[in-house]
Amino acid sequence: MLHDRDRIFTNIYGIHDTGLKGAQARGDWDKTADLVKKGREWIVEEMKASGLRGRGGAGFGTGMKWSFMPKEASDRPHYLVVNADEGEPGTCKDREILRAEPHKLVEGALLASVGIGAHTCYVYVRGEFYREAEALQRAIDEAYAAGLIGKNACKSGYDFDMYVHLGAGAYICGEESALLESLEGKKGQPRLKPPFPANCGLYGCPTTVNNVESIAVVPEILRRGGAWFAGIGRENNTGTKLFCVSGHVENPCTFEEEMGIPMKDMLEKHCGGVSGGWNNLKGVIPGGSSVPVMTKGQCDSALMDYDGLKEHGSGLGTAAVIVMDQSTDIVRAITRLSAFYKHESCGQCTPCREGTGWMWRMMERIGEGNARIDEIDLLEDVTRRIEGHTICALGDAAAWPIQGLIRHFRDEMEARILEKAGTQADPTADAPDRAAQ
Amino acid sequence: MSKAGDTFAFTAENLEAAKAILAKYPEGREASATMPLLTLAQRQNDNWLPRAAMDAVADMVGLATIRVYEVATFYTMYNLEPVGKNFVQVCTNISCMLKGSDDVFKVCKKKLGIGSGETTPDGMFTLLEVECLGACVNAPMMQVGDDYYEDLDATSTEKVLDALARGETPQPGSQAGKRVGCQPAGGLTTLTANSGGEG
Repeated sequence: MLHDRDRIFTNIYGIHDTGLKGAQARGDWDKTADLVKKGREWIVEEMKASGLRGRGGAGFGTGMKWSFMPKEASDRPHYLVVNADEGEPGTCKDREILRAEPHKLVEGALLASVGIGAHTCYVYVRGEFYREAEALQRAIDEAYAAGLIGKNACKSGYDFDMYVHLGAGAYICGEESALLESLEGKKGQPRLKPPFPANCGLYGCPTTVNNVESIAVVPEILRRGGAWFAGIGRENNTGTKLFCVSGHVENPCTFEEEMGIPMKDMLEKHCGGVSGGWNNLKGVIPGGSSVPVMTKGQCDSALMDYDGLKEHGSGLGTAAVIVMDQSTDIVRAITRLSAFYKHESCGQCTPCREGTGWMWRMMERIGEGNARIDEIDLLEDVTRRIEGHTICALGDAAAWPIQGLIRHFRDEMEARILEKAGTQADPTADAPDRAAQ
Repeated sequence: MSKAGDTFAFTAENLEAAKAILAKYPEGREASATMPLLTLAQRQNDNWLPRAAMDAVADMVGLATIRVYEVATFYTMYNLEPVGKNFVQVCTNISCMLKGSDDVFKVCKKKLGIGSGETTPDGMFTLLEVECLGACVNAPMMQVGDDYYEDLDATSTEKVLDALARGETPQPGSQAGKRVGCQPAGGLTTLTANSGGEG
C-alpha cells in the first residue's frame, strides 16, 4: 500500500489552504524555473520514463503523446488543452483537483506546455463545475500575480498563458475532438481521425489534449524523477492514481493509491468495505460507466490497474469504482446507463444516434419482463453492430455495459421475462416486432 | 432585457466581462467566445436565453445567428425558456441511484408539486432530472444554481428546499454532517500525518 510520503495530492480533501501560499508550503512551484530550463526533450523523456498513462480513461502513454507534437517550429502555434469535462458517471476526481489542488494543475500545465512547445493552454471545464472553475481561476490569477505564469514564467524566459473555458453540459465534449470543436465555438461533435490533434487540433494547429489528473501529476514526477513514479505499481501500470469509489460501500470516498492494489483490499482499507460485507457484493463497475461490470468472483482477485482489469474483460477507465451489493437491481442499473448514453449521443453517427435509443428501449422492456428470451440475443447482436462502427467511442461505451450485463447477469434478465410470462396467458404475443420500434 | 425576452443588451459591467472573454482567444477566433458569452448572457437574464440574447452574442462574435442557435440548442445548460429562481437539478445516474436518488427526486417532486422540467406557479423553483454531475462519492446529490448539495437523503433534501423557499442559501456541500468534502466519512485513511504543509 502507498505511503503518505509517495502521495502527490497531499491536499486532495481541501483541508489545508488551497491558495498559492498553502500550495507552496506543500512543495508546489518549488524551483519550477529549473525544470522549465531543462527543456522540452528532457521533460518528454522523464515523462516517458515515468510510464504515466493518460488518466482520462484511454490510458495512452502521456510522454509518448507529447512526443507526437511537431519538433520543428512553424507559423502554427502549439496548444495544450486540458480536459476538465469530467462527466463519466462515477467519476469525480478531477473536481477535487480543481477545487483543492488547482496549483498542481497550473504548474503542470506550464511544464507540459514546455514539453510540447506550447505557450498557450486552455482548460475546458464542464459548465456545471462553476465553483470549481472559479477555484481554478483564482489559482491562475494568483500565479499570474506572482509571475509564475505569463511573460517570462517563473523568470525562466518562457512565456505561458493559461485560460479557463467553461462548457455547457454535454458529456460528449469529454471526447477530445468534440472538446476541440466545442472550444472553437461549435456543437460538440467528434471529428474524424486522422488527422490527429497533434497535427491538426485546435484552430487547425498542433494540439495535445490531456486529462486534468495527467497534467496535475507532472510537476511531482519531474521533481522526483520519472524513475520514482515508475517504481510504484507494476510494469506498464505505474504510479499512483486517484480512485473514486461510489455506491454500496460503508464510506464512499476519493483517495490516492498505488496502481495495482487489489480491489478487495482497497475497498476494505479506504471505504470501510462493501455494505453488509464482502459476501454481500453483487458486482463492480471498476472504471466509470463505460466499462463492463465485473462479478464478485472476478472482484475477489482483481488488481486495480489497466492490465489487471483487462484480464477480467473490463478496464481501469477513469478509476471510478461503482460498487453494487446484493440489493441492487442490476438490470435497472445498467438500463439507467443506457438512458444516459441515449441522452448524450451527439447524433452524428447513425448507429449511435439510433442504436442508443433502441438499446435503452429494449433494456426498459427486458427490465419489465416484457420481452422474449431470444431478444436478449438480439440485443447482444445490436450492441456488436454499434460497437466499432462510430466516429468516437460513445457507441462502444453504450454497448459495453449491456454486453457485460448479458455476459454475467443473463440469468437475472431471463428471470424477469419468465416471471412476467408466468403471470400472462400469452407471454410472447406481439413481442418480436416491437423490438424494431 | 425583458421577461418576454424580445430585447437583450449586456449591462455595462457584463460588456467589460465580455471583452475579457473575447481577449482569451486569438484574433480571428472570436467564435470560441460563443459559449462563454451565451453563459454570461444567460446569467444576466435570470438564467435563461431568449433569442434576442443569442442574436446579441452572434453579433459580438461575428457569426451567423443560425450558428449560435445551433450551439444554444445543442448544450443542455442553456435554458431556452424562463426557469424558476431556484434551478434544482437532481442527478439520478448510477452512483446517485444506488445511494437513494429515487427518494431525493420523489421529495423534490412532492414538495414542489411539479415534475421534471416544470416550474412552480410562483416562479420560485424549476426541477430537472439530470445526468451525472460528477460528485459521485458524495451521492446522492443535487445542484441548485451554482452550488452542489451532497450526501442527501429525504430529510436533508426537504431541509434544503425549505431553506431555499425562505429565500436562504443553505450551506453547500455534504448535508450529512459527517464530512465536508470527498474524504471517507469514517475518518481519514490517507494523509493522516501532517503532510498538508502549514495548515
